[in-house]
Amino acid sequence: MVTSKARILRAVKANQPNFISFVDINIPQSAEDLPNKFALALGNVGGKFVELDHLQEVQSYINENFGQGGRVLSSLAELSKLEGLNVIDTNPHHLANVSLAVLSADIAVAENGACWLPERNILQRVLPFIAQHLIILVSVKAFVATMHQAYETIGQDAYGYGVFVAGPSKTADIEQSLVLGAHGPRSMTVCLINEWSA
Amino acid sequence: MKDHSELSAIFNADEQRVNWHDETLWWIRQKRDKAVNTLPEWELLRENASQIKQHTLSNLSAYLEQFEAKALANGVKVHWAANAAEHNEIVLSILKGNGINRMVKSKSMLTEECHLNTFLENNGIEVIDSDLGERIVQLAKEPPSHIVLPCIHKKKEEIGELFHEHLDTPAGEADPQVLTEAARQDLRNVFLTRRAALTGVNFAVAETGEIMICTNEGNADMGAHLADIHLASMGIEKIIPQRRHLGIFLRLLARSATGQPITTYSSHFRTPRLGQQMHIILVDNGRSQQLGRDHFRNALKCIRCGACMNTCPVYRKSGGHSYQYTISGPIGSILAPNLDMKKHADLPFASTLCGSCTNVCPVKIDIHNQLYQWRQELVGAGYVDAKKKWAMKAMSFLFAHPSLFAWVGKVGRRLMMIGPYLFNNKLNPWYHQREMPRAAKQSFREWYKQRAKNNG
Repeated sequence: MVTSKARILRAVKANQPNFISFVDINIPQSAEDLPNKFALALGNVGGKFVELDHLQEVQSYINENFGQGGRVLSSLAELSKLEGLNVIDTNPHHLANVSLAVLSADIAVAENGACWLPERNILQRVLPFIAQHLIILVSVKAFVATMHQAYETIGQDAYGYGVFVAGPSKTADIEQSLVLGAHGPRSMTVCLINEWSA
Repeated sequence: MKDHSELSAIFNADEQRVNWHDETLWWIRQKRDKAVNTLPEWELLRENASQIKQHTLSNLSAYLEQFEAKALANGVKVHWAANAAEHNEIVLSILKGNGINRMVKSKSMLTEECHLNTFLENNGIEVIDSDLGERIVQLAKEPPSHIVLPCIHKKKEEIGELFHEHLDTPAGEADPQVLTEAARQDLRNVFLTRRAALTGVNFAVAETGEIMICTNEGNADMGAHLADIHLASMGIEKIIPQRRHLGIFLRLLARSATGQPITTYSSHFRTPRLGQQMHIILVDNGRSQQLGRDHFRNALKCIRCGACMNTCPVYRKSGGHSYQYTISGPIGSILAPNLDMKKHADLPFASTLCGSCTNVCPVKIDIHNQLYQWRQELVGAGYVDAKKKWAMKAMSFLFAHPSLFAWVGKVGRRLMMIGPYLFNNKLNPWYHQREMPRAAKQSFREWYKQRAKNNG
């Protein structure tokens, strides 16, 4: 019996046109003023941008802006006061009551406000989605101009999963009225930490 | 079966509503323009994306094999489906094999194309669509009317009524914020209780075997990351060669679709989560056949942004349901006849051939040329109404005989002046939803001749 795979591949091979090559293009990008461009783009997609001098200030920022109650999770060892997932728990359902997740991004894209979170930065794949609010920490070294530079930086990284997050989860499906907090976080704050190591 | 123009006439009966539909989509088109105009390199990106897609189609068999090998090495199960029926059977057998009778699904036009929901429901499997727009049309028992904005045809009051009936929101509640919150609470419970989640695929990378999914709501990720089994259905044309090419397509996709610089989430799935099963189903369903059609192959470059719909004067004023195919608008009109020429023979005529679709297409599909080409094929194959054929023959005879043309024009203008009721009546299809113009005193040709005489 001929399998569907064989049938499909045979049909594709028979019907595809002669080999067409393509020219890689180089799109020059200005690397100036990236944090400001990023902040503007992030604001346009509903996110908030703040600058903190040290990692130590993150805790007080959380206390001031998110209150004391609620379950806060972080993947950063530096934020020892927050709950980590050292409790090795691979059941993502146990994260349903997380009110705030504090995660770090490897890349921040100035053209669109997107932050790159590979799996190793997020404890559990569902965490950046299931938390009610999201704080993403970035260092000054994280900024790139466009998606081209972002993928250059990612290169051949063998992540199992990775996601660009640009702003809070949103929808405009009802009469094109923008509503923040569709299924994922209701807010996203990106904190630029000026001096990462204390 | 009613054809596109008959269904459009029904849609056009409510003038206020059709104007609202038209203006909403045009507003999205304007947002697209605003986003596009901020990028000086836009045309370069389009050209590059088009070339990458053309190259991929010319080497698709090798890229498909490379993708499968990489995905298998990543621990993903790969399935091949020659047609819709086979795709649906694969999904069913995976669910049954795991004792699952409830599934959550994020946006996938391919599963709409395969009529998966109906098939699964007939086999005792409950499916809940998790994209808000898709959930709304699912509750209304309708198909999506737009590939990116599934319920763009619905008023918030109608959605309020649906939610009142199904989600217990207060009667008369139509505030989008309140309705969205109700759907969030309801669907959160769905995400936490379904062991299987099916998602679509925006791009599949041959080099790494990963798939990439774009959403604004986060619904694909909520479903996939909380489920024991992640199924992803994709057409074989979704392949791109390398991961870094995602940079080009992501810059184009959301700007073209809604004017956003990027969707909120661009999720890259390479391996299953620890303890999770991941299945990718590669579906042909007519695509390999279209690959062999020289004039129409380019339609397979489509990245499903919907820009051609938002700009199309016919789509905006006829609504997605009038196309009677999963993918409506200009792109649907060139994809549908490939699957069934007879059934979809009306679609390539649902266009003014103005070319705006081609101008906004981020991957440079020559949509309006293909619409024109399909008309030739359809007339040649005898799938076009005889009335249209004879009308065309009469027109071409008229245009080929200038003195007859001038005489007919003169008589027509005279008649319109003496007896407007001869034209302003229901027998004249042009009079439906239109005012007839006032007849000019003379034709351009007459005016031009007279001018030459006066000046001479």
